[in-house]
Amino acid sequence: MNLFTILISTIFVNNYVLARFLGICPFLGVSNKTETAAGMGVAVTFVVTLSSIITYFIQKLILDPLKLEYLQTIVFILVIATLVQFVEMVMKKTSPTLYKALGVYLPLITTNCIVLGVAILNIKEGYNLVQTIVNSIGASVGFAFALILMASVREKLELSEIPESLKGFPIALITAGLMSIAFLGFKGLV
Amino acid sequence: MRLSNIFYNGVIKENPIFVQLIGMCATLAITTSALNGLSMGLSVIGVLVCSNFVISLLRNVIPDKVRIPAFVVVIATFVTMVDMFLKAFAPAIYSALGLFIPLIVVNCIIFARAETFASKNGVIESVVDGLGMGIGYTIALVILGSIREILGAGSIFGIPLFGEGFQPALILIMPPGAFILLGTLIGIFNLIRKKNENKKDVKHKEESYNI
Repeated sequence: MNLFTILISTIFVNNYVLARFLGICPFLGVSNKTETAAGMGVAVTFVVTLSSIITYFIQKLILDPLKLEYLQTIVFILVIATLVQFVEMVMKKTSPTLYKALGVYLPLITTNCIVLGVAILNIKEGYNLVQTIVNSIGASVGFAFALILMASVREKLELSEIPESLKGFPIALITAGLMSIAFLGFKGLV
Repeated sequence: MRLSNIFYNGVIKENPIFVQLIGMCATLAITTSALNGLSMGLSVIGVLVCSNFVISLLRNVIPDKVRIPAFVVVIATFVTMVDMFLKAFAPAIYSALGLFIPLIVVNCIIFARAETFASKNGVIESVVDGLGMGIGYTIALVILGSIREILGAGSIFGIPLFGEGFQPALILIMPPGAFILLGTLIGIFNLIRKKNENKKDVKHKEESYNI
């Protein structure tokens, strides 16, 4: 598949959050402020791209030749967990404010479906290394894009009058639904 | 802790979807039909009960520093087993659930229960907790899946409900429908909970006056 097509497809047409339902937990949990959303987007991009490259090599060089495909889930998730631990240590040293702002959500990137989802999808779609990298960057940029959009809307929502039972999660979900409808408009692009 | 309390906790009081609000990714993606919801729910019950069992058994053996990777390996093993089981014995369900079977490993529910319950409680309590949470999760999935299937495809569990002239609301089968429906359901659940809390408050006030 053409690289540009992959990029457009992952960011807009099949946005990983609004169309594929990956990365919902941080999407609804971290999207109250635009700065935290942007920080989370950058962290996820880094983790997703790096883990996709590493898991790609592990799959092609170890799992496939040795016929150990069934170990894919276990191996991939261990790689991702280690990587997130590493990113956490680096972030603590280089940017303590961002580290504090992301709080408990940083280690939660491990259980973020998007990291494991992208890693598995790269293998399923049969991408080569370059396509894998482009797909990962596209997926995370799409995630960050949706996250920042959501944060901007939620900041405005804080100032509106919402019925008591809809406050918080429910109205965020309904907003996400409306955003998802908007993104459906990209269907004809690729 | 009484076993029935643990079970009730999992199904209603701390229902993973409607109260704790975790495990959303699979919920939104899988509930395009009631049968898919039920299959996913049963798979999660399987993994949850088995992983709670093993983690509770090993809770005094696993050192605290490596407990997260240990949990991950246990959960991932059971997920791989469920994946292979479905691939062999229920290929239609396997292809319907697709990517989300291996993604059970990162389902926050399983990890959360391992961390907050199974690593601190006995084996039987952990199994009951796993059953309760899993059944609560399955009920939520089946409700969501049924509504989406009935209104979005005019059938339930594959059985067509309405006649030829029924125009289903396709939006419900598509991603936006999932978001909007789940948001609305959680809102309704919040409303019911608030009404029950108000009733309890009124009762307590009456009882304190009667003393």
